[in-house]
Amino acid sequence: MTCSGNIDHRVILNAFEEGADGVLVAGCLEGDCHFLKGNFRARKRVSAVKKLLDEIGLGGNRLEMYNLSSAQGGRFAEISNEMTARIRELGPNPLNNAGCHCGCHCGCMKEGGSE
Amino acid sequence: MIIAQQKPIKEIATMVGDCKRVALIGCAGCVTVCLSGGEKETEIMASALRIMRRLEGNPLETVTFTATRQCDPEYVDALEGLVKDVDAIISLACGVGVQYLAERFDKWVVPALNTDFIGGSTVHGIWEEKCGLCGACILHKTGGICPVIRCSKSILNGPCGGSQYGKCEISKDVDCAWQLIYDRMKKLGKIDRLLEIQPPKDWSTSRDGGPRRAVREDVMIG
Repeated sequence: MTCSGNIDHRVILNAFEEGADGVLVAGCLEGDCHFLKGNFRARKRVSAVKKLLDEIGLGGNRLEMYNLSSAQGGRFAEISNEMTARIRELGPNPLNNAGCHCGCHCGCMKEGGSE
Repeated sequence: MIIAQQKPIKEIATMVGDCKRVALIGCAGCVTVCLSGGEKETEIMASALRIMRRLEGNPLETVTFTATRQCDPEYVDALEGLVKDVDAIISLACGVGVQYLAERFDKWVVPALNTDFIGGSTVHGIWEEKCGLCGACILHKTGGICPVIRCSKSILNGPCGGSQYGKCEISKDVDCAWQLIYDRMKKLGKIDRLLEIQPPKDWSTSRDGGPRRAVREDVMIG
């Protein structure tokens, strides 16, 4: 999206419902927002969703917000590795296995198999 | 407007724990403005409930809709097709909306919000109580500041001895309504009006007379 301030709780939750193991929201550096407060607003919303994820059992740790500029390629790689390591430790999104009745962790909701 | 806040998600989930399919009905009235039960909040709550139930291995199917108002029969009637096949309805309206849905449909209807008070926002994200719904407004006597609800004791000839440095004795964060009233009347050059002693208030127009009803025969149809 054009500004992290556009982030919506629903977009993040939808990503998890669709199977994302983690969500990383990258906003501009604090103080550098073209729209002045977009990244601060994003952080508040991300915090709210993290709290909700904790409450519903998925875990707020699967979501994180970072601030960096588009010129910080090295930092982006660093953040990506950091987030990837965290998610690896947390394991796959449990929703991908939840409801699987065939025991193969395929995420199917039907008894008897993954079809 | 009516100010309401969401109940904890776990509490709502428990209310529909035995359901397989639920309708979450938001309201585009007051609770949309106070950001607790509008379209966005309805969809977030539906998503959160679906995730919770999938994690429990007991998936929940949801349908969502935000009614123009839940406190008007015509908008409630329009929900009939939507709630036909659900096991329960989760209303994200104030207590009025929940009751309208419960009266209209033979369904298990549960409240997703706690209805708190009548008020308005001071800044985005903060709402304060402003009206005590007493049924006999006296704001013309108090400079537009309501002592019924904004004074902790609802006294009509204030302030009391608990007013200190403009704050109420219940909390340093609560303004003394009577200090506000005096300051305002002084500013308006009408402070002499506060010399008039107010007699005990007739509370029969408030909740003391049981549930209230308003009738406007001139606008009734039929």
